[in-house]
Amino acid sequence: MWVMNAAATSLPPLSSVPDALGHFGPYGGTFVPETLIAALQQLDAEYTKAKNDPTFQEQFEYYLREFVGRPSRLYHARRLSEKWGGAKVYLKREDLNHTGAHKINNCIGQALLTQRMGKKRIIAETGAGQHGVATATVGALFDLQTDVYMGAEDVRRQSLNVFRMKLMGASVREVHSGLKTLKDALNEAMRDWMGSVDSTHYIIGSVAGPHPFPMMVRDFQSCIGREARQQCIEKEGRLPDAIIACVGGGSNAAGIFYPFIDDREVKMIGVEAGGRGSALGQHAATLCAGKPGVLHGSLSYVLQDEDGQTADVHSVSAGLDYPGVGPEHSFWKDSGRVEYCCITDQEALDAFEEVARLEGILPALESAHAFAQAAKVATKMTKEQILMINCSGRGDKDCQEVARLINR
Amino acid sequence: MFAQLRSKKQIAFMPFVPAGYPDLETTGKLLPALESAGASIIEVGIPFSDPIADGPVIQEAFTRALEKKLKLAEVFATVKKVRSSVSIPLVAMVSVSVAFRYGIERFAATLKESGFDGLILPDLPPPEAASISAHIRAAGLDTILLVAPTTSKDRRAEIARLSSGFIYYLSVAGITGERNQLPVELADGVKSMKSLTDRPVCVGFGVSTPQHLKQLAGVADGAIVGSAVVRRMKEKAHDGADAIVAAVSTYCRDLLSLVR
Repeated sequence: MWVMNAAATSLPPLSSVPDALGHFGPYGGTFVPETLIAALQQLDAEYTKAKNDPTFQEQFEYYLREFVGRPSRLYHARRLSEKWGGAKVYLKREDLNHTGAHKINNCIGQALLTQRMGKKRIIAETGAGQHGVATATVGALFDLQTDVYMGAEDVRRQSLNVFRMKLMGASVREVHSGLKTLKDALNEAMRDWMGSVDSTHYIIGSVAGPHPFPMMVRDFQSCIGREARQQCIEKEGRLPDAIIACVGGGSNAAGIFYPFIDDREVKMIGVEAGGRGSALGQHAATLCAGKPGVLHGSLSYVLQDEDGQTADVHSVSAGLDYPGVGPEHSFWKDSGRVEYCCITDQEALDAFEEVARLEGILPALESAHAFAQAAKVATKMTKEQILMINCSGRGDKDCQEVARLINR
Repeated sequence: MFAQLRSKKQIAFMPFVPAGYPDLETTGKLLPALESAGASIIEVGIPFSDPIADGPVIQEAFTRALEKKLKLAEVFATVKKVRSSVSIPLVAMVSVSVAFRYGIERFAATLKESGFDGLILPDLPPPEAASISAHIRAAGLDTILLVAPTTSKDRRAEIARLSSGFIYYLSVAGITGERNQLPVELADGVKSMKSLTDRPVCVGFGVSTPQHLKQLAGVADGAIVGSAVVRRMKEKAHDGADAIVAAVSTYCRDLLSLVR
């Protein structure tokens, strides 16, 4: 099971995407109204300059180290390893970052770019509120006016994060269209940007959206995988056998996978939200159940009906409750490099409790999906093998919602 | 058609109607009525679940239509049924998301077969537009692309090259919706666009009053009016198709009062 097959090993280097137009194989690109093109081109040019500017890189690393607290730990989860009875399990502790999730990495990078572009206002969409909190945080840190769009259903589910954003000076704009979740928040943020594009930068929180966002967010999040690679070599003298991460839009997964993508011996598994069942509308398993289509600016797998209308989605986890996915994940899926599967609401809730009891760690409900899959995978591995889980965020924000669900 | 209006020194008037809102009967009755009320071209909006370029009025119309389980096939059938009673061009406006899922070539062919003359894909800019617009043209439809106030000169030329029919010039950087005043710099923007192309340039987003049309006449080749029409439909949404048709027709005649 752990030997890559011949077809996979003959693939070209996967790390070389996207091309100059933001294409990951057939996926990605730029499908937005012409109004936004000038800003996207400006962002692309500014990002290209910044990437090659040592001063920018130093600034970025400074804030990751001194403000976020990086590198995050690679922690040997001894009791989970024993319980699952197979692989040696390591956790990449993104939950220990300042603000409690991986989202801050990307926000630091994009806030620095906002300053370089001379813009004074940032906007963002948020589902679980983690990206909203991270955006509000950099808004305060860099003195940028901040508006965060959030679906009304998520405002209810994630009231703690709403309060945190407000404390840091952000305005939280409740969105009442559609199912009032992440997709609808993204629509509203895009509409805001259509009219504010001269003065405002839109900090997209995932590896989704039009070019250059999927590439840029992946690059900013790749600090996760670069550290994990080095830490694993230091602790174990070798690379892990498998890495597991949850996938909504896919930024924490892209961040940990990308630095290993050309290491074909490392198996990678992306875990989507299986929700309440396999019928369209009951889950958010875009790569497992969707088809290629266009949503929010790029071509990727998407959950749509046969007329191209975006499907309703459901997940217990607000951060995974999204009918699209980043285009690079679609590319990785088709190439066979990454395997994608899904975990139900109930399995994620069970994993949430198990990790809390055995390790004294409350993972975010998003990350709990990765833990639930890891439990299944670990038992089939040997004690000499290494399984790495991206613990992408902390679960404090979910406690109220989990209490409501397990007590009903 | 634009040549004829140009020779009469008249601005083309292009109302927008959301298909299937509040029902398909209304759509079927509105198309011939809009021609009678002075429309030069009709833009038929095909509802999409996530219209990021649209303001609240058009969003709501799309949402209501989709709540009633409107299917693409029904939109095509409705237009096809009434096409013989409408002599002016019909252009469809639809998100590339919908066209892509249907299959671009198949979508274009089906539009043509239903009696459409052109297609506006508001979220399909170059370079992605290059290959897709070739498919649309191959089906015998005009490809209408958008130019924004923020569009660079090089891109304006590229968009003109990929377009046929007319160029859809956005009056503002923003979403659809009525605005009290059109931006002062709009006339210069349209002029600079027209210096780059012989294709007709039509202005949309925010256009909603007789004064706006008068202001655009002599500057642009056409005026596109969306949210203001849809708002009048909404006001009569529960009074039946005939009441909606009457209200919209009255509004259109009023809108044209200073330019016809």
